[in-house]
Amino acid sequence: MKPPSSLRSLPPEGAVRQQPGEAGSVAGSSVRKIGALALLIALACVLPFVVSNYRVFQFTLVLVYAIALLGLNMLTGYNGQISLGHGAFYAIGAYTAAILMDKFGVPYWLTLPIAGVVCAVVGFLFGLPALRLEGLYLSLATFALGVALPQILKYKGIEHWTGGAQGIVITKPEAPEWSGLSQDQWLYFVALAVMLLMFWLGWNLLRGRIGRAMVAIRDQPTAARAMGVDSAMVKSMTFGVSAMYTGVAGALGAIAIQFVAPDSFTIFLSISLVVGIVIGGLASISGAIWGALFIQFIPNVADEISKAAPWAIYGLFLIGFMYVMPTGVAGFIRIALARWRRRRVP
Amino acid sequence: MTTKTTRRQTLIAAASLALPAAPAYAQKKYGPGASDTEIKLGQTMPYSGPASAYGTIGKTHQAYFKMLNEAGGINGRKINLISLDDGYSPPKTVEQVRKLVEQDEVLALFQTLGTPSNTAIHKYVNAKKVPHLFLATGATKWSDPKNFPWTLGFNLSYQAEGQIYARYLLKNKPNAKIGILFQNDDFGKDVLKGVEDGLGAAGAKLVVAKVSYEVTDPTVDSQILTLQGSGADTFINITTPKFGAQAVRKAWDSGWKPLHIINNVSASVGSVLTPAGLDKSVGLLTLQYYKDPNDPQWKDDPNMLEWRAFMGRYYRDGDPKDASNLYAYITAQTLVHVLKACGNDLTRENVMKQAASIKALKLPLMLPGMTLNTSPSDYFLVKQGQLAKFTGTQWQGFGEVLSTGA
Repeated sequence: MKPPSSLRSLPPEGAVRQQPGEAGSVAGSSVRKIGALALLIALACVLPFVVSNYRVFQFTLVLVYAIALLGLNMLTGYNGQISLGHGAFYAIGAYTAAILMDKFGVPYWLTLPIAGVVCAVVGFLFGLPALRLEGLYLSLATFALGVALPQILKYKGIEHWTGGAQGIVITKPEAPEWSGLSQDQWLYFVALAVMLLMFWLGWNLLRGRIGRAMVAIRDQPTAARAMGVDSAMVKSMTFGVSAMYTGVAGALGAIAIQFVAPDSFTIFLSISLVVGIVIGGLASISGAIWGALFIQFIPNVADEISKAAPWAIYGLFLIGFMYVMPTGVAGFIRIALARWRRRRVP
Repeated sequence: MTTKTTRRQTLIAAASLALPAAPAYAQKKYGPGASDTEIKLGQTMPYSGPASAYGTIGKTHQAYFKMLNEAGGINGRKINLISLDDGYSPPKTVEQVRKLVEQDEVLALFQTLGTPSNTAIHKYVNAKKVPHLFLATGATKWSDPKNFPWTLGFNLSYQAEGQIYARYLLKNKPNAKIGILFQNDDFGKDVLKGVEDGLGAAGAKLVVAKVSYEVTDPTVDSQILTLQGSGADTFINITTPKFGAQAVRKAWDSGWKPLHIINNVSASVGSVLTPAGLDKSVGLLTLQYYKDPNDPQWKDDPNMLEWRAFMGRYYRDGDPKDASNLYAYITAQTLVHVLKACGNDLTRENVMKQAASIKALKLPLMLPGMTLNTSPSDYFLVKQGQLAKFTGTQWQGFGEVLSTGA
């Protein structure tokens, strides 16, 4: 069973950069890219000082979703495995952080790497058997995980840990005295730092040997195997890394929301994450941010347009985005930039 | 151009001369969201998601305030209720409530729905000192004025319900042998605690068997057989709808036929008693605290007719058989009572003060004889209810209004 062709319509960013004939301008373009990146980071740092705390909180969630989306995008966009159950890893990460903080008094920042490790292990173990299934069959297996997890969290055997249906309320971390920031601003910067770190790691991973192996398995599984790529291992690893990203995001999300409960992690969360990567742009790192903006803000916009049928409006947005930007926002921007450059250099 | 300006200036000058000096009102005080013309309130409702059936509560509120505003509002101020969808998802509730408090700057939150959603915002609203009024959930924790002075629930609490059952039995069946089935979670334990508190030390020996089930259990058949085998002649059934229906059916089919009390959560004719078998449900008891729109005794009740007229005029899409719409009407009236009591001091502190000093408030759609009361140390708004018996087609209230006596 081959992955759906739509997954292959967009070349990974690495491939685009190395197109022949552009070699001369590579140095110039990378300077420009670093400049643009620095500008974006500077903007992100200024943001929490110019908007209200409520908006800062929303943008913190955007950063959180962006991390989760990058994780899912590694699996789906780069490796061609569709997961409809990544909300489960998000939930495991969130619960790991909540339980550590609530029951063991672990400082909030330490819960992030622990949540990441827990999710990486769970993801890897889930990936071992599940990845024998391919394409749609895998997506159904992950869907099962996503549907089952909220109920498993209510199971009485683990209730003294998870708090059952009532969930766990956690205390929001205070900003350290020296920073002079509000709680929301501090958390935003924590999320921003974590996101930059995760994106930097992801960027290195995806454009290296493993990244190429992931893409090769997606596009030409037979050829990849012939080239000596250990397909099962790479797939399971990808699943583990992907789950780790999502788990770290879940932990950060739980700290920002200050509360976890089974109702927080319904299957709709998993679906939203899939929506996020497709809207943002498959196999694109920057797409994760666009996708995060979409899943954070569009439901609110839809709710403001129509109280009676917000999800119908949301659906219209989805169709509109897919129609105008079939390769996601990131793909759209890339194509637009390429056209603009071509026009500028006659 | 110059003439025009001059003329306008003249007019303004003339007008200001003609106006009498503004009367010196007892000083008006406004908190966030309140002004001479408007009182801004906020709520989250599950308009989408698994609990969307309850979304009708928010729509009834909107309809009620529309009616109120057309009639002039409260002391000339219109109610503006900003009702946002949270899809019954706690993270979304947190986000929406933060929007309401920090961006829309509402005076108070009203009837935010759901136990998990309200748990998620409990700390936040109390830290922000925003009145968090008349929550649409029955958990007992919403009455904790010492630790959460800004949160005050509406529903008859689960513990209060359990207490009333216990008091009824102590009075009317003092030699009862009680068997209790309860759901093993916060809800079930809440009701159970009420029953045990109500029975007290002396009554505790009346309980001959107490068994629990998990929400993950497929059936409660074996639990019912255990209770039957214990020799109990009275059955307190603390369940959620699916298990409620199973318990009613099994208690009948096994030939046990005890005096059967089923908690209000599972008293729905449509979703519990019909699947259990209406003939097997005859004689069940439960507790109600507002008039049931399907109860024939209220068919010609003028207040019920007024409510039906309201539904027909302002909320045509709403189902007049759905008790949620009646419940929402009552809660809106309770809020209006509090806002009226605030007078011209519409600060968050005063709203909370008035909400915590409701004295003997009677509302037309509550059961006759019932009053609502709060005090700064007692945030349980509804403390009374009336037992109702199932006739085979509907619930019929009987006897006097019972209270927790707390």
